[in-house]
Amino acid sequence: MLLKAFENGADGVMVIGCLEGDCHYVNGNIRARARVERVYNILEQINIGPERIRMYNLSAGEGAKFAAFTSEFVTRVEELGPSPINLARSNGPKESEQEVQAT
Amino acid sequence: MITGTPKPIEEILEMLEPYDNIIVAGCFGCVTVCRVGGDKEVQVLSSTLRLAREAAGRKIEIKEVCLERQCDPEYLEPMRPYIEDYQAVLSIACGAGIQFMAEKFTKSPLLPGINTGFLGVTERQGEWTERCQGCGDCVLHLTGGICPVTRCAKSIFHGPCGGSVQGTCEVDKEVKCGWQLIIDRLVTLDQMDNYGKLKPYKGWDSSRDGGPRRIIREDMV
Repeated sequence: MLLKAFENGADGVMVIGCLEGDCHYVNGNIRARARVERVYNILEQINIGPERIRMYNLSAGEGAKFAAFTSEFVTRVEELGPSPINLARSNGPKESEQEVQAT
Repeated sequence: MITGTPKPIEEILEMLEPYDNIIVAGCFGCVTVCRVGGDKEVQVLSSTLRLAREAAGRKIEIKEVCLERQCDPEYLEPMRPYIEDYQAVLSIACGAGIQFMAEKFTKSPLLPGINTGFLGVTERQGEWTERCQGCGDCVLHLTGGICPVTRCAKSIFHGPCGGSVQGTCEVDKEVKCGWQLIIDRLVTLDQMDNYGKLKPYKGWDSSRDGGPRRIIREDMV
């Protein structure tokens, strides 16, 4: 699902989990962290940029913190610019041109 | 189960260099259990390949499939109608499954997406260890249920050898001495007399030394 987000055009993906030690699913947030780390490594290997994914831990009552984390992450992704996928898409032939080429 | 580890993505991308539309084929057998070649891994690998190729400016089309088992002919047959519509198959089944698919579909290049490992067990989620080398002549009844062929680095039959130090093997301090484990178990079971029943030498003709092996069950063929 995390990789699909990048395939679907996301420049960055922010994952929010419960506070560690305070998850309704006991260790669900710890397992989620491991999965995010896996995607981080994949993005690094394929030169998409691992810093485009990050996990934060919050409780449901920390709205202000959520807003601050979101602003921080969005700023970071804006500094990074479009992902190499989106750059390739914007530099490649437009869909209408592709159709012309296909015919 | 048969275990395995993913091949490095750079190696897979290099293998895929000549191709633009492929099948990524997983297997619901052992490789699903050891989290290297099942349906989820097909999805993750396919996404990874699409992203890598598109970022490099050369898209790849991928059909994602996961077969019940790649080592049984009936589960391979459903691929026959469409397999030649694709330039190659990247299989993340074990080496047996990949080879069997290559035998059945001779016009399709088969590429391995994983490195097949060993016959092992799940110690805990994410950790697997070797237990059997399929030597074809089991002696576990004499060795307290611990295999000297697999658990001893030298596969000797009358250990421990001089390289055993305080229960660990000389090849790696993290590796327990298989023969120390066997002796300890035999003592616990009060079966040390089994130690003398082991063969003076082991015949390896039932193992790999006799070439590729075959089992024929007359009651089933």
